[in-house]
Amino acid sequence: MGGGKRRNPEKESPPPPPPGDGAVGVKEKKPKVLPSLIRNKEKRSQVYTKLKKEKRSEKRRQAKAREAAEKSALELGEEVPPPKKIPRTIENTREPDETVCKPDDEEFFAANEADEFTKVLKQGITPKILITTCRFNSTRGPAFIQELLSVIPNAHYYKRGTYELKKIIEYAKNKDFTSIVVVHTNQREPDALLVINLPDGPTAHFKLSNLVLRKDIKNHGNPTSHKPELVLNNFTTRLGNRVGRMIQALFPQEPHFRGRRVVTFHNQRDFIFFRHHRYIFEIKEKKNDSKDKKAKGALVKNTTQGRVIARLQECGPRFTLKLIGLQHGTFDTKGGEYEWVHKADMDTSRRRFFL
Amino acid sequence: MQNDDVIWDVIRHHHCSYMAKITTGIFCKNLYNVTGLCNRSSCPLANSRYATIRDHDGTDTFLFPFSCSAFSGGVFYLYMKTIERAHMPSKLWERVKLPRNYEKALETIDKHLEYWPKLLIHKIKQRLTKMTQYRIRMRKLQLKVREKIMTVPRKEKKREARREEKAEKAAVLDKSIEKELLERLKKGVYGDIYNYPIEAYNNVLEMEGLQPAVEEEEEPEIEYVEGYEDLEEEEDLEDFGGFGMEGLWNDDDHDDNDEAIQKTDVNQPNKKIRRSSSDSGNIDDKVASMKSKRKGNVLVEVPEDTPLFAEGIKLTYVADPAYAEEFKEYEEETEVVNRSLGNLFRCLVGENGKN
Repeated sequence: MGGGKRRNPEKESPPPPPPGDGAVGVKEKKPKVLPSLIRNKEKRSQVYTKLKKEKRSEKRRQAKAREAAEKSALELGEEVPPPKKIPRTIENTREPDETVCKPDDEEFFAANEADEFTKVLKQGITPKILITTCRFNSTRGPAFIQELLSVIPNAHYYKRGTYELKKIIEYAKNKDFTSIVVVHTNQREPDALLVINLPDGPTAHFKLSNLVLRKDIKNHGNPTSHKPELVLNNFTTRLGNRVGRMIQALFPQEPHFRGRRVVTFHNQRDFIFFRHHRYIFEIKEKKNDSKDKKAKGALVKNTTQGRVIARLQECGPRFTLKLIGLQHGTFDTKGGEYEWVHKADMDTSRRRFFL
Repeated sequence: MQNDDVIWDVIRHHHCSYMAKITTGIFCKNLYNVTGLCNRSSCPLANSRYATIRDHDGTDTFLFPFSCSAFSGGVFYLYMKTIERAHMPSKLWERVKLPRNYEKALETIDKHLEYWPKLLIHKIKQRLTKMTQYRIRMRKLQLKVREKIMTVPRKEKKREARREEKAEKAAVLDKSIEKELLERLKKGVYGDIYNYPIEAYNNVLEMEGLQPAVEEEEEPEIEYVEGYEDLEEEEDLEDFGGFGMEGLWNDDDHDDNDEAIQKTDVNQPNKKIRRSSSDSGNIDDKVASMKSKRKGNVLVEVPEDTPLFAEGIKLTYVADPAYAEEFKEYEEETEVVNRSLGNLFRCLVGENGKN
């Protein structure tokens, strides 16, 4: 009986074709076989993959048909086909934030001139970074720090010892450092980053996650020692801008473009993704529609259709930062004044972001 | 009445709620116990004449759980109980404040417990010593800065991890970085480092009607000279010199298979691309060695007969005075239509061999 039960759902599939319909009718009238009803794993997975394949090819066919229709409509000068619908994303439906920087905001630019980073960003003081750790550094911490040293130019690593952080700050000020980066380890993994901008700059506390070291990246490249270019994406609000400038102040302001090295901090939904690439610009030739043209024969023609693209090779570590708190002044958890702190009751909605 | 032996018998062999048996021994949780062990001579219930020292300011933490008097700053009291008061439990324990000074406290103990059993006095003095020591240490530690461990609820951790993953997918990092770089190229941030054929450049501009910059073939770039040594070139060579050598040997084969290779699809795996694009010169060694990102990113397939070396089309870096000597050979070579790329390669290897 069990066998009979098992076979039933499969056998139900082809009902008798309605009279008078052609082959097409039969296909369309076929009720869907839910793969989940099939209890035999092998057969089920087969049916499922077939179903998926069909869906995918159907989708592709539709997309092609749509494109062709658009093209033909344009060529023939008929009415424009309806514009493409924009999918709704979290970024599209983000809660409007009044602190988003607008390009015509004078006060914003004035504030930027007067903040703590102008010394490095405008007046040409080269940043000098002190990297240290928490008191107990283990396993991935040292490797991560080595890679950080290669990413950030003019960075120096000092062992932590048992010094208090405030004393370290004083020491760094005496030696003319512009920033301190403290890598905090928890459960044998680096998990927090404290960036302190010196002389009495703000302190940013980041949570670090998803660290991938250079040796674990496939096809990684080796960074050179040229000054890298910085790409800071999506820091829109005032807070985001401040954090962005703070990160910018870690790097020297005259990049070596010939070095073709780019360091990216990309903010997406309050997560700052760090990437480090070497890039190169190339010309990619467009594919010809007519397939009988040989690439050789159509040499000159091809070049006219080539377009410039950028290609990236990843080198260096890859990690994600999330801002936990931004404190005004140097590190002082007891007496310091916090500009922004993440609290659980700030997460009122999934569309609300702060950076 | 108060028969200590009977009490002890009952407590020890039947049940005592203050007894805590663990692997290393039997302990007494009673607050008035001198040694903390469960012994005939240390049990405060089974000894009618007993004394202890407690660092306690008298308020009962059980009755007033939120009074932070458990650690009161280290005032020690000598508690004594005698059999004469055994029938009045609330007035059982007599309390004497001990002076801060260790020697004076010892004298006070001697005075109050003058005719008491020597063993008990000895234990009390030992306890006093221990407590003074830990009082000193606690005060020293208070002055130091210690890290406080904050726990994050598991739910939050998981939620953050999930959101991070989704944000990463939404970020499409490679594409956004490439887009940003191309925008910078368009804007002219890179100045005249790169020069591209006008047609391809037009495609970059998407025929917006902007006039592209004039193609410059050879121009001494003064801006980016500073700090350049030949080290920079050599770094590149070292990085990619190995690949250059490889390409040389592969190249002969590929000359024959010119037709066969052609333009491969975008989604071809890495190896093929690397080999086939190793036809070009030193700079394009970088191209050769830059492998694509794994996830089917847009690859540049630069086939053998790429227009890069064909007439009229150049993709070169503008020469620096510092580079002039290195690049002279390039310029000469690229101007000659050179189909047999093996020759080109041998020339280059010859150069590198000298270096």
